[in-house]
Amino acid sequence: MNQEIRVTNYPEVLTDRASHYCPGCHHGIAHRLVAEAITELGLVDKTILIGSIGCSVFIYNYLSLDAIESPHGRAPAVATGVKRARPDKIVFSYQGDGDLASIGMAEIMHCANRGENITTIFVNNTVYGMTGGQMAPTTLVGQKTTTCPGGRCRENEGMPIRMTEIIASLGGVAFAERVAVNNIKNIKKAQKAVTKAFECQTKEIGFSFVEVLATCPTNWRMTPIQANKRIETEMIPYFPLGNFKDVLAKEEK
Amino acid sequence: MSTPKRIFVKGNEAICHGALTAGAKCFFGYPITPQNDIPEFMSAAMIEAGGQFVQAESEVAAANMLLGAAGCGIRALTSSSSPGISLKQEAISYMAGSEIPGVIVNVSRGGPGLGDIGPSQGDYFQATKGGGHGDYHLLVLAPGTVQEAYDLTIKAFDLAFKYRNPVMILADAIIGQMKEPLVPWIPQGLDPDEGQDWGLQGAKGRAPRLLKSLFLDDGALAGQNEKLAAKYRAMQVETDQELFLTEDADLIVVAFGSIGRIVKSTIRKLRAQGHKVGLVRPITLFPFPSAVLLDLARQGKRFLTIEHNMGQMVEDVRLAIRTVADSAFHGQLPGNLPTPDDFEQPILKALEG
Ligand SMILES: Cc1ncc(C[n+]2csc(CCOP(=O)(O)OP(=O)(O)O)c2C)c(N)n1
Ligand code: SF4
Repeated sequence: MNQEIRVTNYPEVLTDRASHYCPGCHHGIAHRLVAEAITELGLVDKTILIGSIGCSVFIYNYLSLDAIESPHGRAPAVATGVKRARPDKIVFSYQGDGDLASIGMAEIMHCANRGENITTIFVNNTVYGMTGGQMAPTTLVGQKTTTCPGGRCRENEGMPIRMTEIIASLGGVAFAERVAVNNIKNIKKAQKAVTKAFECQTKEIGFSFVEVLATCPTNWRMTPIQANKRIETEMIPYFPLGNFKDVLAKEEK
Repeated sequence: MSTPKRIFVKGNEAICHGALTAGAKCFFGYPITPQNDIPEFMSAAMIEAGGQFVQAESEVAAANMLLGAAGCGIRALTSSSSPGISLKQEAISYMAGSEIPGVIVNVSRGGPGLGDIGPSQGDYFQATKGGGHGDYHLLVLAPGTVQEAYDLTIKAFDLAFKYRNPVMILADAIIGQMKEPLVPWIPQGLDPDEGQDWGLQGAKGRAPRLLKSLFLDDGALAGQNEKLAAKYRAMQVETDQELFLTEDADLIVVAFGSIGRIVKSTIRKLRAQGHKVGLVRPITLFPFPSAVLLDLARQGKRFLTIEHNMGQMVEDVRLAIRTVADSAFHGQLPGNLPTPDDFEQPILKALEG
């Protein structure tokens, strides 16, 4: 007889409702990682979510936290205001690659450089998902999008930006890691990284940043399985996974 | 508490004292003339007051920091001058849409573009007609003296929280840079729980709070905009203006801020010569004192609007009195500091009709 066994539960902060994300989209996994991290660290009661503009604009429907919506790209500035007003709270922004690495480049750089005790979850899917898959600063060379139909070309559009490496180079940063959620092994690592990032915030040692390499099957014109494979075959070779800065680990040594 | 003494300060500094005494706890700024005294003063004073000062990377960021801080239900402000105020408009629109009570100070200068760093009232339209995108209004307060810069800054916070709406203080290079005596006073009865019933603080033991301006569901934005419009109607009771010798006047001059106060001197001089001129100086630019103007128009008075621009507030004056009268206009060009003498001929000409 087949029996349904529940293999996992909803962390208390993750709402039990159907999401608006496309099948195979990694935003949902990234949400869950955040939910698990703040639940594990016992921070749910004191966490404030800074939303951004992109497919994750409705993140407040999935994480039951006090939340504020930011203009496109400005989440790190909004987060700075919230954290300065409420230094005893846990504050994190959740942003896509168009939001963070293009229009919001100034805000993320200076927030990180000031060493604000804030955590940023950066979901890099190499396109502007919500607006229909246009080219992002992270679009890979040769990748076709609706605004680079012939494929991104280095001569015209430049090279894709590697944010985690840039963020790690800034003085105010305590933690910077790039993760993927395309398989169990990577998800486990991602979970550790997100938890560590929030831990840095509780210890007030500076800005913490986790880049999540994510699928956008819809705009990549791929099936979820093909999209998942593309993370491994195309994205990770250009956006290497790993930790680029960990002040905590250094201190522990 | 010791009795406040008279101090001699610039308008910019008066705004800082006003904000601190009103209990502001966060200031976000960026350098631009002629408001630099404000962030310079605040960089030390805000910390001394146990608050936070951030020199942001841009006016865009400063305004968004304000969005966040005021979203926590605490008193916070940003200041800038015209080009910087343009950059803040995105966040101001979000504050209006999300009903977040940020206070924005514009010590305005000449424009358009980089303009100059001298006094101008060229930002009247931007301040009173929205400024950013969407269907909204700010409460707009226009000080005409250094004392008023202090008083209105305190009032700005009270109004911002009363209506959960952003408030703009529209000063100019004259008010900001001019030194005058100021008698500081301490506002009584600041509510320690202000903003705590809606501000962000972490959802401990209660349902989460959400501050947003996105309303996609069927009819949701219509509902929100109706709610905002009702708020703007309710704000009409806050209308404030100075009336100077209007009762027996044949001609009413309408002028705001620094120009209102300079025109007052011209009127004193003309009165001494027997000319029946009076002044209406709007102190709130939104809501606008339309009812007061209409009442005066119904008494058969004539109107002259004087501004330090090529004609912006005059449109509101004309709209207010349109059923019974019209207003003449005199525009003072930017690039100089007007004196009472500059307004004598325009007023005499209007008196002749
Ligand atoms: C000022 C402004 N410019 C443009 C937009 C339109 N817009 C909405 S979402 C979006 C792209 C978001 O893409 P990304 O950050 O990569 O997130 P994703 O949707 O891929 O998760 C854009 C450009 C906007 N809302 N505001
Ligand atoms: S468009 Fe892309 S990023 Fe947006 S929900 Fe669909 S798959 Fe996810």
